[in-house]
Amino acid sequence: MAKTPVSFTLNDAETAVFVDGGANLLDVLRRGVGDLSPKIGCAQGTCGSCTVLIDGKPHLSCLTLAETIEGRRVETTGGLANGPDLHALQTAFMEGFAAQCGYCTAGMLMAAKALLDRNANPSRDEVIEAISGNLCRCTGYEPIVNAILAAAARQQGRAIV
Amino acid sequence: MLSVQVFPTLNEAAGHLSGGAVYLAGGTLVMRRVNYGAAGLSGLVRATDPTIRSITAAGGGVRIGAGATMADVIAAPETAGLAVAAHSVGGPAIRNMATVGGNLFAPHPYGDFATALLALDARVEWADGRSEPMDSFLAGRANASGLVAAVTVPRVSGSEFRFRKMVRSKPAGASLVSIAVWLPGGRTQNCRIAFGAMGPTPLRAKAAEAALDGARLDTEGIQPALQACLQGLAPVDDPLASAWYRAEVAPIQLARLLLDQGGYEWPRHQ
Repeated sequence: MAKTPVSFTLNDAETAVFVDGGANLLDVLRRGVGDLSPKIGCAQGTCGSCTVLIDGKPHLSCLTLAETIEGRRVETTGGLANGPDLHALQTAFMEGFAAQCGYCTAGMLMAAKALLDRNANPSRDEVIEAISGNLCRCTGYEPIVNAILAAAARQQGRAIV
Repeated sequence: MLSVQVFPTLNEAAGHLSGGAVYLAGGTLVMRRVNYGAAGLSGLVRATDPTIRSITAAGGGVRIGAGATMADVIAAPETAGLAVAAHSVGGPAIRNMATVGGNLFAPHPYGDFATALLALDARVEWADGRSEPMDSFLAGRANASGLVAAVTVPRVSGSEFRFRKMVRSKPAGASLVSIAVWLPGGRTQNCRIAFGAMGPTPLRAKAAEAALDGARLDTEGIQPALQACLQGLAPVDDPLASAWYRAEVAPIQLARLLLDQGGYEWPRHQ
């Protein structure tokens, strides 16, 4: 069976890849393109560890048929840092111990980025809502919520309380 | 490896749904099957017509394209009254993907938006031009063939339409019970009550509707409806809750919804 060519933007880089029929975006990113930053968790849309942004909005890459992203803009955790400079969310997660085992972190970061990109000053409830599709079995969520609020404050140059 | 066929219109796609090929919309149900071995699947069929997901005023009501996502329903002013039900589905990523058409076929315990559509007497429009009311669609969906193109619902305000979903983890979780109530004009005459996760499909509580018809929305007035509300429902045991538990809490949740006693507020905005 023939493979389907798909071209899209991955973290601002033009990307083209051949995909198998039925392949999901997560597998194509990890195996086809070599971006290992999105994680395979449940492969059924429950855990959120594979969350990526498509045209700026959070999507579950494990449930996205790869060929449907033709011409679209995909963002993963692999593109968050700017060279040696970490994204404010990454810095806040490190400083706030928002990762323990770290498996959910890539998905949490992308869900949080989608929120901060459209709402620079979210409330605590809005942060909780934004990561409601992402499971973490280590932290109890509080350090993650605090880190996202701290990142928002940092991005706005506000004092972190 | 699966074959993936792409067509410009729903009608053409509908003609290729045979021999184990299924229609792929948002992917939240079908891609699960694909990822877990694709048992019984021979291929995927898609349609690219962008009007599949449009939400438009139609007569006194609203026509919601089957391809509209939960996020589309939340964003569209025409469906503002339904946003509370769309918002109860999944987290933000699921709501960007999951479609209205897919929710019509979602198995227990999913289908909260379909529960809302059932309470609103939605009309289901098939791609081949047939149309039928929501309760007959749900009764026949296990053996249905073809593709749903759209649903049409009355345009409702927040006071006419009420929705409540009980979950183990907030704000996102699968239903233990979901309840949708339509009070046309804000009154109990000709009211509709539908339960989700209380049977193989969303189900209307017709005995409770009859008992509530014309009654006052106070503690005494709703008692007959509460006592009748389990008639016709068929809750099952699942990993989230037992049938016994569901039957215990359903009347309590219905009372809280009818008396507007708050509880957890699903956020109104995405």
